[in-house]
Amino acid sequence: MAIDARAAAFLLAAVLALDARAQGSALDEIAKYREALAAGNPAELWEARGEELWKKKRGPSNASLESCDLGKGPGVVKGAYAWLPRYFADAGRVMDLETRLAHCMVTLQGFSAAEATRRPFGSGSSRSDFESLAAWITAESKGVKMDVPMGHPKEQEAYRVGEKIFHFRGGPHDFACATCHGENGKRIRLQDLPNLTERADAQRGYTTWPAYRVSQGELRTFQWRLNDCFRQQRFPELVFGSEASIALTSFLARNAQDGVYAGPAIKR
Amino acid sequence: MNRVLFTGILFLSLGGCAVTPSDAQIEAQALQTMKGSFKERGQAKLDRLDQDETQKVCSIGKISTESAARIEKLNTATLRYPADGRLMGDWREGEKIAQSGVGKQFSDDPKRPAGGNCYACHQLSKQEISYGTIGPSLYHYGKTRGASEATQRYTYAKVYNPQAFTACSNMPRFSHNGVLTEEQLRHVVALLLDPDSPVNQ
Repeated sequence: MAIDARAAAFLLAAVLALDARAQGSALDEIAKYREALAAGNPAELWEARGEELWKKKRGPSNASLESCDLGKGPGVVKGAYAWLPRYFADAGRVMDLETRLAHCMVTLQGFSAAEATRRPFGSGSSRSDFESLAAWITAESKGVKMDVPMGHPKEQEAYRVGEKIFHFRGGPHDFACATCHGENGKRIRLQDLPNLTERADAQRGYTTWPAYRVSQGELRTFQWRLNDCFRQQRFPELVFGSEASIALTSFLARNAQDGVYAGPAIKR
Repeated sequence: MNRVLFTGILFLSLGGCAVTPSDAQIEAQALQTMKGSFKERGQAKLDRLDQDETQKVCSIGKISTESAARIEKLNTATLRYPADGRLMGDWREGEKIAQSGVGKQFSDDPKRPAGGNCYACHQLSKQEISYGTIGPSLYHYGKTRGASEATQRYTYAKVYNPQAFTACSNMPRFSHNGVLTEEQLRHVVALLLDPDSPVNQ
């Protein structure tokens, strides 16, 4: 893919700049590299497949997802992601995009819960339906302001539980989400870390997921982002669509309130 | 009239709708939620979610002075120094440990030694410009402190268990939690204190 060659060239430029031992200019080069990446985002491939999947009749019930209610009524996709997670009365709980999609695959298409969530993350030729569907659905929220509801007690509860989980320290490294994402202006190596407890950083961070990851050649969802953060925290594996994942997403999405949704983005 | 009021209060408290859960209730719910949301994978078993006293206290946010003193005392009691009294190893090995971020993740081979990943958070040498800023710069750490027996002991202990000195420090308790071995820790001390180490150039 052309983008990969171009990305590699810019990465090389960034590395050469590192060699020049001028950190300021190295950081500038990385910023330029990011800009260059944004020019052609392969996420579009996932978006196209996602739209197809949404409309295709599938599963034991031979039904499409077109009547799936993402929170604004059956079939309403425009802006839906910017209003998630939210409480769904028909499920009796708060759901994020991926858990809602799994719910619709079960209720509309007749898949078992296990079948629906069989492949949450793709790898190479084995693509994940969630990553494609999420790419398309989130792209339909581009330019929409984040407006995560907090009117229902369950939504408030999810936010507060998410906040506690964000500060939960554990494992052999004593890490919490807050260890890396609780202060302003910090870095790991040369990677800037958003302070996800502050509005401006939370907006920048949250509104750019899902994202196409150049280093992996995959489109990754927010569920994947959380899963991989916990891996680096040295925790066991976060279960896809688990209660903790939804609570944490509620906390982070709400902290990004009023931010303009800008995904799917492209990242290193 | 009173009866109506009473019934109303009874309804509200039984219904629970108007009652906001307390912080302690949310705390308990978060712990329960954590336990039910992970599965073991590779070397990362579910017992990693069992917090010790220090982790519990440090998950709350700002802690009181008394609480901090108690945590530091608790962690000071964990310090163990090498039986042979040798505290400095080879700074070259220390540099490798400082560069390596592998170890303890469910994706890591448990047979490979873990790294310390010091550069993720600290500046150390002048040559390595890819360093993080979560911790303070350690460039010239030994040059400004010297390498006396007391400084060696302090440095060894600080990496062994930073919370013996600073309650709820962001830094991992490297040897207390079994991430770095005694021998690896000696190498890291040498990286910081050896006059020939790039840290002190």
